[in-house]
Amino acid sequence: MSLWHRLGRDRVLLLFALPGAALIIAFHYVPLLGNVIAFKDYQPFLGIGGSDWVGWSNFSVIFNGDPAFLRALKNTLILTGLQSVFVFPAPILLALMLNSLFSERIKRIAQSILYLPHFMSWVIVVALFQQMLGGSGLLNNYLRAHDLGTLNIIGNSELFHVLLTSQIIWKDTGWATILFLAALSQIDSQLYEAASVDGASPRRQLWHVTLPGLRGIIILLFILRLGDSLTVGFEQIILQQQAVGRDVSEVLDTYVYNNGVLGGAWGVAAAVGLVKGLVGVALVLAANKVAHIFGEQGVYSR
Amino acid sequence: MIRVLKGVVLLVFCAVVIIPFVAVISTSIAPNKQITESGGLVLLPESVDFAAYRSLFAGGVVTQALGVSVFVTVVGTLLSLTVSCLLAYALARPSFVAGRPILLVVLFSMLFSPGIIPTYLVVKGAGLLDSIWSLIVPTMISAFNVIVLRAFFMNLPGELTESARMDGASELKIFGYVVLPLSKAVLSVVGLFYAVSYWNAFFSALLYLNDSRLWPLQLVLRTYVINDTQLGSAELGTELLPPQASIQMAILVVSIVPILLIYPFLQRHFAKGVLTGAVKG
Repeated sequence: MSLWHRLGRDRVLLLFALPGAALIIAFHYVPLLGNVIAFKDYQPFLGIGGSDWVGWSNFSVIFNGDPAFLRALKNTLILTGLQSVFVFPAPILLALMLNSLFSERIKRIAQSILYLPHFMSWVIVVALFQQMLGGSGLLNNYLRAHDLGTLNIIGNSELFHVLLTSQIIWKDTGWATILFLAALSQIDSQLYEAASVDGASPRRQLWHVTLPGLRGIIILLFILRLGDSLTVGFEQIILQQQAVGRDVSEVLDTYVYNNGVLGGAWGVAAAVGLVKGLVGVALVLAANKVAHIFGEQGVYSR
Repeated sequence: MIRVLKGVVLLVFCAVVIIPFVAVISTSIAPNKQITESGGLVLLPESVDFAAYRSLFAGGVVTQALGVSVFVTVVGTLLSLTVSCLLAYALARPSFVAGRPILLVVLFSMLFSPGIIPTYLVVKGAGLLDSIWSLIVPTMISAFNVIVLRAFFMNLPGELTESARMDGASELKIFGYVVLPLSKAVLSVVGLFYAVSYWNAFFSALLYLNDSRLWPLQLVLRTYVINDTQLGSAELGTELLPPQASIQMAILVVSIVPILLIYPFLQRHFAKGVLTGAVKG
């Protein structure tokens, strides 16, 4: 059958696919082309086509180490580090705890409580944290009423990175247990029986049965996380930036927003955003390669 | 010993999650006197007083924002579902001539995000700045949801659609009368995915809307609760002014309650949806 014939036969299906495909192309692929303004001196009134080409000069903030850019990079890397060390393992630990509960009912109640914060927007999460830990929040009112002094947590620039990390743990740890719990339920119970017949203590069973059973999913999620490692919570930070100042709160994404959309340095901001995106893709590809070398499947197969 | 420790850790984690919700809801309905005495938040209201809600729904900024959020969520979800189902259905048909290239377009879009600035310029170029549609159109389709729907459609028994085709039913009829009625479960999962993300959307509103009359609830929440801007009678459209604390908590509750209402449903279906996506994607 010729291509024209098949196109004619599938014209209704083509029509079905058209709006969705057009939206993905318009808001995912066309913006990719818009990245050319990283190489232009973009002026909104001239448009993309009318603005002058400037070569690599927008990238000079990156290569020459502009202090504001370096500050954003530093904060981003600190947060990436904190998140890899504290946020990433948290759901694994929580899933192991939930899994060791005997009562199915208690487990289900705990799950319904723990999944809830995931569905709250960052605006709500940040507002809740303020109401709980802020100067006139629940915690400090309690401390004040009992003459215990107060704790300065919200708006304290020294604690800002810790605060951000705890907010992410509060919001998403419960939800993230789903995939681990599913993986745990796939582990053959005969393995545990065999191990305990051989005299393995619960700790040895954890090490030799449970963790190997979770290996695949841990590696998969780690690769996905790696691709996002320069994305450290944009909405969350924008919402709280005013209170603590940019010194501790500026990250790459807020740098792009503040300098581009608000500051009008479109070309420079787009250049930083572009480099950030490319680094992300490179990290995923590299991590996937490493996973293949270690005999794991990774995100896509070879 | 270890068992007790695990139990305590779980209990504390659950308490830390649930207490903020309790405090916010309680404070929003607590009487003035109790709020003033406690100096802010209340964990258990002595009596129930809906004054804060009465002033929120008097027709001022919050009422308006609620209208915007409901419109964006309802209309957005319906449009998203329609567009995603049609695309997923076409992609689920093995013989579809353009199936392979379009599927690749969908899959590849999940690998990268296009960046804030270029997306902003596209939205601006489409003339959507300061339009309520800027909250719907750019995020109308999610590749992940299309993949979930496609996986479901592909698992439907082929004999059903085949026999309808033999009987001469058109593609639209098969889709509407055979496929959709069989897909209620997955449609509700994906619909909820979309609804929650429309309801929670904050950054697109901040980025694209200067006109505060178009603000959704999340942006009002940021301005009057997080940034602590005073809400006076001019903004609320009423002379009835309960304490700021209870008004702020009531705004929070108004933005939380719709999610709490659908939460039992969400919880049952979301977990399934996430796992389908993870396995089939």
